[in-house]
Amino acid sequence: MKPIKKPLGHFLALITKAAAATTFLVMAFLILYILINGLPHLTPSLFEFKYTTKNVSMFPALVSTIIMTALSLIIAVPLGAFAGIYLVEYAKKGNRTVKVVRVTAEALSGIPSIVYGLFGMMFFVTYLKWGNSILAGAFTLSIMVLPLIMRTTEEALKSVPDSYREGSFGLGAGRLHTIFKVVLPSAVPGILAGVILSIGRIIGETAALIYTAGTVTEMPQNVFSSARTLSVHMWALTGESLHKNESYAAGVVLLILVVGINSFSAFIAKKFIKEGK
Amino acid sequence: MNKFSISQLYLYYDNFCALTDINIDIEDKNITAFIGPSGCGKSTFLKTLNRMNDLVDGCKVTGEVLLDGTNIYKDVDTNLLRKRVGMVFQKPNPFPMSVYDNIAYGPRAHGVKSKAMLDEIVEKSLQSAAIWDELKDRLRKPALALSGGQQQRICIARAVAVSPEVLLMDEPTSALDPISTSKIEDLVLELKEKYTIIIVTHNMQQAARVSDKTAFFLLGELIEYGNTNDIFSMPTHKKTEGYISGRFG
Ligand SMILES: Nc1ncnc2c1ncn2[C@@H]1O[C@H](COP(=O)(O)OP(=O)(O)OP(=O)(O)O)[C@@H](O)[C@H]1O
Ligand SMILES: [Mg+2]
Repeated sequence: MKPIKKPLGHFLALITKAAAATTFLVMAFLILYILINGLPHLTPSLFEFKYTTKNVSMFPALVSTIIMTALSLIIAVPLGAFAGIYLVEYAKKGNRTVKVVRVTAEALSGIPSIVYGLFGMMFFVTYLKWGNSILAGAFTLSIMVLPLIMRTTEEALKSVPDSYREGSFGLGAGRLHTIFKVVLPSAVPGILAGVILSIGRIIGETAALIYTAGTVTEMPQNVFSSARTLSVHMWALTGESLHKNESYAAGVVLLILVVGINSFSAFIAKKFIKEGK
Repeated sequence: MNKFSISQLYLYYDNFCALTDINIDIEDKNITAFIGPSGCGKSTFLKTLNRMNDLVDGCKVTGEVLLDGTNIYKDVDTNLLRKRVGMVFQKPNPFPMSVYDNIAYGPRAHGVKSKAMLDEIVEKSLQSAAIWDELKDRLRKPALALSGGQQQRICIARAVAVSPEVLLMDEPTSALDPISTSKIEDLVLELKEKYTIIIVTHNMQQAARVSDKTAFFLLGELIEYGNTNDIFSMPTHKKTEGYISGRFG
């Protein structure tokens, strides 16, 4: 017997394929477009140590990006991860505080980043008198990614089978020992996924940084220096319209940076999984 | 000698009374089997003996559970209690680490650091779980890559590694094939020399084969408790007879 052709199924399959193709094409176009426009202008002078209006060097911005990302993560990852650990491993189910924290985190993750920028400007820059600085920017960004890291940590911990916890407690191991030796190692890949997403958001952020870290082109001296990240650099160059080409070149470097960081994190995650098995 | 002496034990999950007025003495260096239909509270009762119930939100226990004369629900360090009263679960649950690290996990958690000592504990524990010869060349291999029967024996070795006095086993063979099951049964009989063993089982033949004493539970109550031979040949209670014969026939 021949299967009867169902027009609806056919149609749905077609839509699925079309959607996949469109997504792929848009992505490919975007990447190619940046590469074609940026690569030819990726000259050594763009990486000179000092920025001048002549060389339009992105090197200070590149360094600032790396410092900004590292600093934001150093603040946000321990806080978010430990908050997640508390919510899943310590707090009793149906606990009031847990619900409040969860709702707050959800609300926070939906706020546009410019709002974080304004808050950072009022609190870190003005009230704490840090001025426009990498520190103010990093704190602002870490508040921005905190809910993300907390939620992914929670999800990662929840996906660790309870039988591991039972096995560990059943041997008389304490809660801390159980969490650090059995639960966390299994949850690391999931937590890392959250960290990768956060890195993406930090590197790509502009609105929250313009008013907190500033748009200074100099190489930062310390965390109290004002500085611009690559994304802010691109935003500024595009605004000036004289430097479209350099802007595309910065885009290429940004692309490479993100891909590099992501593969590095994936590599770490794989290593953890291998050790676990 | 009684290892455990339990009197007037009630257990509630929120408002649901899962165990009602349990009074039972468990003998030292003996195998006691808990039997009864699904949901009658065997696992629940087993978990009151090493306070694994503490991990369940909303679980409340009243009454007395004496281990060597000390009430374990009063002023007892649960970690030390669980070191003394080990547990093997229904589904083998080795940790996602090597065989060696699985066995060494308990001793490490209790502060053993010396490599030589850990090596010795691992070898001894695997030997007493009758799996040393099979695995001695594969100690660094992940435990999760082993067969279900091997995994369960790893879990027994892991429990033995902290030198407990009592082993609680919750249907340890229900997820295993007949050959692994008979290996574990032989093992349980051997372990009896050193440990007090309480085993929950749905398999009447298993209870009859391995246990010295049998306790029959129904709807959270202990219906009958006595020598396994007596219980299986001439149960005094109608319900016990019904349950056993239903299963045997
Ligand atoms: N965490 C829990 N919260 C609420 N009720 C529970 C919980 N665990 C068990 N119960 C209830 O307590 C009763 C006894 O459950 P228990 O798991 O001890 O039965 P069992 O005799 O081990 O059954 P089985 O042979 O199927 O394993 C059941 O009615 C069960 O629904
Ligand atoms: Mg059970």
